[in-house]
Amino acid sequence: MARTVIPFGPQHPVLPEPIMLDLVVEDEKVVEAIPKIGFVHRGLEKLVEKKDFHEFVFVAERVCGICSFIHGQTYCQAVEQIMGVAVPPRAHYLRTIWGELSRLHSHLLWLGLLADGFGFESLFMHSWRVREKVLNIIEATTGGRVIFGTCKVGGVRRDIDTAAMQSLLAQLAVIEKDMREIVDVFLEDNSVKRRLCGVGVLAKDDAYQLGCVGPMARASGLTQDMRQLGYAAFGELTFQPITRPEGDSFARCAVRCGELFQSVDLIRQAAARLPTGEIEVKVTGNPNGEFAARTEQPRGEVVYYVKANGTKNLQRFRVRTPTFANIPALVKLLPGCDLADVPILVLTIDPCISCTER
Amino acid sequence: MSEAQTYLPLSPDALVAKVRELHAEGYRLVQIGATTLGETIELNYSFDRAGTLLNLRLQLPAAAAHVPSISSVYWCAFLYENEIHDLFRVHVEGIAVDYQGKFYQTTVPFPFGTRAQTAAAPAAGN
Repeated sequence: MARTVIPFGPQHPVLPEPIMLDLVVEDEKVVEAIPKIGFVHRGLEKLVEKKDFHEFVFVAERVCGICSFIHGQTYCQAVEQIMGVAVPPRAHYLRTIWGELSRLHSHLLWLGLLADGFGFESLFMHSWRVREKVLNIIEATTGGRVIFGTCKVGGVRRDIDTAAMQSLLAQLAVIEKDMREIVDVFLEDNSVKRRLCGVGVLAKDDAYQLGCVGPMARASGLTQDMRQLGYAAFGELTFQPITRPEGDSFARCAVRCGELFQSVDLIRQAAARLPTGEIEVKVTGNPNGEFAARTEQPRGEVVYYVKANGTKNLQRFRVRTPTFANIPALVKLLPGCDLADVPILVLTIDPCISCTER
Repeated sequence: MSEAQTYLPLSPDALVAKVRELHAEGYRLVQIGATTLGETIELNYSFDRAGTLLNLRLQLPAAAAHVPSISSVYWCAFLYENEIHDLFRVHVEGIAVDYQGKFYQTTVPFPFGTRAQTAAAPAAGN
């Protein structure tokens, strides 16, 4: 049968950001997918040679507009580890709360995009309506909706006082109820199931061999979650990675749905145990050494490798984003699928090209 | 939080054998990263098993940075190997999926390489 190459992207209705796939198809079946990235590569890693290591937190946070806070946090953790900085416990808990709020709004954003991708417009709007409430909490506690700007080397810049925490928890109860209604549709609606079940199945062993991370790995049964490393306050909180055995698009959706409620639970646990005390320590001197910090972004494990030589500018700053780690799985999943399923498969890895084009 | 991390220096010739060993022991490939240090390119191959990070470290002369591909062992390595080629001009031999320098669409060829590498590269980009 004759083969045709169909360019998918870099501009496409399901892609908020540019990535390109050259899809080699036979009739309506994909036989090969060739990804191309780098359309909006910003060279942020190189910028580390010009910004001092304190200032660079602001750049790290701008790697991505969705998981911005955790980018800043991971960078800070790497530098703090090299410098031996003991971050105050309260700052660890505040970082945990803001990190989980990031996960909430990121997963709600993704659920909306997925609903939009399979044509369920009202579900898309409801998902983003609820996300707006999460953004309101973020704005009330940090002053920002996209860039939080609260993380710094040595702790955090802002505190959440008792009254603000009570307000946060009250709003979280409303959000939880709203999310339950939306999640019920994602997990129970027949049209959603028919669109997602059995599409793009990735076996557990394949997910491991392909280096999958985050919900993509957990939806194939891998209990892999960097929060288990115990960074920030996670070592003192109780949680288990949410996994599914099916490995299909529905499982990837279900894992993210489950993680919404897990994040709510983690925020409540952190709020209940929030220690009193300082939120930052003074950091003096320059870093000298290297460390690869790892945290769990909404899309999975992110790696921040930092190498310093005792000057105010770092020698190297490298980010391995979760989307980058999940691209090989996408390349493996696409051959054999129907052309009409490509948007769903691309969406279910929750691609963040902004992160990847750091 | 203090995570144990090991850096193991290695020569390019010993790379694939060591990677095969790690694969057999159940390690997951986390990343391959490159760093330009003067006229040397430092490569870090990071692997994880049960939350512990093990890094294999190679140091190569930037003027002739050649390494064998590990994509025959970890297929997903092809992406990192294309990346270190396109950004650092590290020649990786035998990549499972080789984009021939077309993975990253950069205006400046090998933007993260040494100055000599960037100056010697063709002007039209990679």
